[in-house]
Amino acid sequence: MDMYKLPSKLRLFALIFMVVGAGAMIYGFMDAPSTIEEVKELEAKSHDAHGGGHGDDHAVADAHGDDHADDAHGGDEHYEHVLHQMQNRPWSALYIASFFFFMIALGTLAFYAIQHASQAGWSPVLFRVMEGITAYLPWASAIILILLALSVAHVNHIFHWMDPDLVKPDSGKYDKLIAGKSGWLNTTGFMIRAVIYLLGYNAYRYISAKWSLKQDDATDNRWFKKNFKLAAGFLVFFIYTESMMSWDWIMSFDPHWFSTLFGWYVFAGMMVSAITVIAMITIYLKSQGYLEFVNDSHIHDLAKFMFAFSIFWTYLWFSQFMLIWYANIPEEVTYFVTRIEDYKLPFFGMLAMNFIFPLLILMNSDYKRVNWFVIMAGIVILAGHYIDVFNMVMPGTVGTSWFIGWPEIGSVLFFLGLFVFIVFTALSKKPLLAKGSPFMKESKHFHY
Amino acid sequence: MGSTKVIHAIYNDDDILMNAVKAVRKEHYHIEEVYTPFPVHGLDKAMGLEDTRLAICSFMYGCVGLAVAITMMNYIMIEDWPQNIGGKPSFSYLENMPAFVPIMFEMTVFFAAHLMVITFYMRSKLWPFKKAENPDVRTTDDHFLMAIDAGHHDVDQVSQFLSDTGAIEISLHDKEDDH
Repeated sequence: MDMYKLPSKLRLFALIFMVVGAGAMIYGFMDAPSTIEEVKELEAKSHDAHGGGHGDDHAVADAHGDDHADDAHGGDEHYEHVLHQMQNRPWSALYIASFFFFMIALGTLAFYAIQHASQAGWSPVLFRVMEGITAYLPWASAIILILLALSVAHVNHIFHWMDPDLVKPDSGKYDKLIAGKSGWLNTTGFMIRAVIYLLGYNAYRYISAKWSLKQDDATDNRWFKKNFKLAAGFLVFFIYTESMMSWDWIMSFDPHWFSTLFGWYVFAGMMVSAITVIAMITIYLKSQGYLEFVNDSHIHDLAKFMFAFSIFWTYLWFSQFMLIWYANIPEEVTYFVTRIEDYKLPFFGMLAMNFIFPLLILMNSDYKRVNWFVIMAGIVILAGHYIDVFNMVMPGTVGTSWFIGWPEIGSVLFFLGLFVFIVFTALSKKPLLAKGSPFMKESKHFHY
Repeated sequence: MGSTKVIHAIYNDDDILMNAVKAVRKEHYHIEEVYTPFPVHGLDKAMGLEDTRLAICSFMYGCVGLAVAITMMNYIMIEDWPQNIGGKPSFSYLENMPAFVPIMFEMTVFFAAHLMVITFYMRSKLWPFKKAENPDVRTTDDHFLMAIDAGHHDVDQVSQFLSDTGAIEISLHDKEDDH
């Protein structure tokens, strides 16, 4: 069985991405203003830039001007608000990128568990690719946990509800809605839940990958059967905790707002990103002469999943949007009003990237077998779902002070480098064929 | 076309049939049709049939359905009888569009599905009261029938070849007029 060797070029590529990304992130942190005076200077500059053709700056500056005029209490409150938004921005950018790659690893793990639980016959040839991708999960989990702990420790203020004054009835900042939710939304419970989710996911990943390796040399199907039962159990744990995780880690950025299908919505984005990455890495490995047992039909099936989950994602997006839009209840509809007013381009842009583009590109059966087509579609889908996470996090943390600049690009590059480095290192540690799976023969002969 | 005779070879297993179809095609005999009690996966490819163009029809029908839904809702809800529903009397199709998406979706699916079925019937020359073309009723139960154009081949030699491929019954028939 040929083992995958990590090419030194790929390692170099990953390391360069990490270094450049880290540099850009650090620059983003340093560049964030630390005093109200700096914010005032920045806004004055963007006012000067009126004639300079900076359409976005123009709009932001104008919006601020209006806020300013409405503000009867004097200007400093507005500048302090903007200061907090700008200080949140590098943290939010870091959080979004770290969550996005975490999502890919976790979605792959769920997809992997589904293959075991359903005893799928087509997919065992891809097991080791999936196991390689999930190897990123412990790293992603540690980073997410650190970021959450930093927020809880008030190092940053991206989670608005963590401000203890909001739930004190006698403080000036008392917020009845947030206080009403504090039974769930409190920092102690938040951290305990985070640890439970992450321990559960990582325990399943660790045990399942170990048993999968043991099955390689087993004489019977003992480890396969054990993995089947474990996967079924994990999926129950996953579907509950995934929903709660998305309330905690994403939905709570807008603590007044709620959506009952939010967990499903995040899940759909997670699955489509994960399957896209599985397809891309499989095609890459094939192009390097590995995975000779993977044929066009496997790629075709992965592309069908990419197509189907893109439609599923759109279905959930629309279900969430239409009910809120139609009912027009102020405390619900603000979520979409802020996104459509302040995030028009990313909001509608990601709809085009995540729905219309995959719909038209991946509809034709033949195109799903053309590798470069799947890769191109995959790049757009991944970018689209990054922007989707961006749209979920940014409005609640930085408001109108958003931009895709150094902190955003830097953190994506950093986590992309880390992801590639860890995943491809993990791929080189195990044989690329999980030869012990009883469905291996069926999987190798799979044809559509 | 020249010949008026057709050889019917009957099989009782889909795997044997698949291999027989491949062997017959290798010998360059012309398979007119294969009758099976259920869809045999991969048979179309083995017989060398062209890919169906039904999917392209389906896409176009879907587009027609979408266009009909847009036109219809625009006429009903915006032009002819505008209504104030949920405090959204905007009288603009685009601004009310989210409410029409379920209808647009359903009409797309409705047109694609129904017109595709009708197209399929027309292409397969199926209509009510049509006389069944099935040459042997056992193909609706558990047997498979391959019809081979006898052409100018030696019938005995072809029969021998077919029985070697696993056919359990071989017979020679006149072609029916409506073929």
